[in-house]
Amino acid sequence: MSKSPIIQISHISKIYKIYSVETVALLDVSFKIDQGEFVAIMGPSGSGKSTLMHILGALDKPTSGEYILDGKNVENLTDDELAEIRNQKIGFIFQAYNLLPRTTALKNVTLPMIYAGIPKEERRERAKKYLSLVGLSDRMLHTTNQLSGGQQQRVAIARALSMNPSLLLADEPTGNIASIQAEEIMNIFRKLNDEGHTIVMITHEADIAQHAKRIIHIRDGKIVDDISNNKQKKIKS
Amino acid sequence: MDYLELLLESIGTLTLNKMRTGLAVLGIVIGIGSVIALVSLGQATQQAIQLQIQSLGSNLLTVRPGAISQGGIRGAAGGRTTLTLDDAGAISTSNQISTVKYVSPETEQRTQITTGSNNTNTQIIGVIPIYATVHNVTIASGNFISQSDIDGMTKVAVLGPQVVTDLFGENVNSIGESIRVSGQTLTVIGVTTSKGGSGFMNQDDIVYIPLSTAQKQLFGTNYLSSIAVEAKSAEVMVDAQNEVGYLLLSRHNLKDPTQADFSIMNQQDILNTVSSTTGTFTALLSGIAAISLLVGGIGIMNIMLVTVTERTREIGLRKALGAKKKVIITQFLTESIILTFTGGIIGIIVGIIASYIISNLTGSIFVVSPHSILLAFIVSAGIGILFGWYPARRASNLQPIEALRYE
Ligand SMILES: Nc1ncnc2c1ncn2[C@@H]1O[C@H](COP(=O)(O)OP(=O)(O)OP(=O)(O)O)[C@@H](O)[C@H]1O
Ligand SMILES: [Mg+2]
Repeated sequence: MSKSPIIQISHISKIYKIYSVETVALLDVSFKIDQGEFVAIMGPSGSGKSTLMHILGALDKPTSGEYILDGKNVENLTDDELAEIRNQKIGFIFQAYNLLPRTTALKNVTLPMIYAGIPKEERRERAKKYLSLVGLSDRMLHTTNQLSGGQQQRVAIARALSMNPSLLLADEPTGNIASIQAEEIMNIFRKLNDEGHTIVMITHEADIAQHAKRIIHIRDGKIVDDISNNKQKKIKS
Repeated sequence: MDYLELLLESIGTLTLNKMRTGLAVLGIVIGIGSVIALVSLGQATQQAIQLQIQSLGSNLLTVRPGAISQGGIRGAAGGRTTLTLDDAGAISTSNQISTVKYVSPETEQRTQITTGSNNTNTQIIGVIPIYATVHNVTIASGNFISQSDIDGMTKVAVLGPQVVTDLFGENVNSIGESIRVSGQTLTVIGVTTSKGGSGFMNQDDIVYIPLSTAQKQLFGTNYLSSIAVEAKSAEVMVDAQNEVGYLLLSRHNLKDPTQADFSIMNQQDILNTVSSTTGTFTALLSGIAAISLLVGGIGIMNIMLVTVTERTREIGLRKALGAKKKVIITQFLTESIILTFTGGIIGIIVGIIASYIISNLTGSIFVVSPHSILLAFIVSAGIGILFGWYPARRASNLQPIEALRYE
């Protein structure tokens, strides 16, 4: 199986400057993720995991360093080109879900498909399919504020999956979900990974991380550990 | 993403946020509506003043004794003893005069009038029947002064409605009642319809009596205080002024116009005097309209800007999910256009209805100026669209994560 890196970052730093106080969120981080990998990123709160994920998702720019996404240097891409890449290739699950308020679960899931120009009927079909997949077939017409935190998180997962992205970036995708349902989500991820999708997932639960083939630990904005996980957890099929 | 899709997306967002949509529309409705109502109120008032002046008579020249006071005092100035009934007769019969339609000799004085219990100080004018035609006086009840009143020097009077109110009370039938003026008793034979006006222009505070009675029995004078001349048309006003002027000069044995012992004013002169007043009034109203436009505009701007935080997050999210800048800006622009046009059309309707109600309440004319509608609409819509578009543009230039974190 020939593997080419889908993600390649070198010497990435992210420094937030508020007035004259500098906060270093990421410091000189470099790594490579090949197509088809399933990577878990772990680390204490505030260690820079989300910051890293936003950069990987082309949602934010690093202060310094180089990011090659699928062979292209992100720095040289325009806003619109990046928007297209995010739409077509990347599925992003936000730690804070980021659903449209006062909008139904169904509508939220169709949103990326609208921008992809997918016809209305197909959008609805696909949205229904992915909402059922995450166990929300009976909540499709609930609006965001009528859903529990865990349900909102599952809508966010369905939305990220709806465009069948080759790269799935998940920031604490099971943070608010009970363990049985979390296992179901992990089954979905594992199946996608088996089909060749690349997955990068932030988690603070060692148990969840065991689903990944590779685990990266970061602390204070630096990689402290990058190991392959040989004892990938068995899944019940 | 085609445009229909975008339009539906915009409408969807607008209907989802009913409160926000409602407030924005309300801001625009108030902005446009108040300007239309105010401007129409101003124009109604202005037209009312203009009509008032025209009601004094159209194509009218007024010949008065005494020169216009320019270049020092003249012997005859202010003497009020240069115009006679013969002068008036000459104007209407002379073959030098071709542009004059009617001639109305008049003599007037302010005098105390009494009835048994009441009295009032008012303008008494001695007139001939043609006066009513020349000055657009119409009769509400009874009759105006007739030729037989002139010939018979009868002791009759026609009262303006204000005089009736002052002497007899409101809506009292005064026909046949007696009034006393300068020791003479006159019988009321008619009441004129109200013309409105106030102060020196009050056309309702006048008593009309036969010219002959006035000259011989009341004032004891053979002279006239003015001769009103109606020209055949507006175009020949200047010719009429010249013809009458030269005729009177020769009748008074004067060689050139600088010696004139009379003056001729045309209606335009009066209009000019008054227009400086209405000019101030117009400026005042324009000021008020401009302020209400500004207030409305700020209202629209506020509601558009207040929602920016939420909208910025929304834009960040849409961008994160793959919306291109142009798509985002077009969507927000479409939303703003729908908002301002809905608000604009409602505002125009509300403004017109308000103008109509105001004109009914104040009894003035109902006018709506297309200019004020256009101006109000363009300014409000412009502000609405600008402040819908500008924050959207700014937010769409942020990194998606910055926009998502905006507060
Ligand atoms: N917009 C910002 N401005 C300033 N500092 C920021 C900003 N965003 C993040 N930080 C800082 O950067 C550091 C890393 O934040 P990040 O959100 O990446 O942490 P995390 O590892 O995802 O934490 P958690 O597990 O709690 O989600 C934190 O110290 C945080 O305070
Ligand atoms: Mg985080």
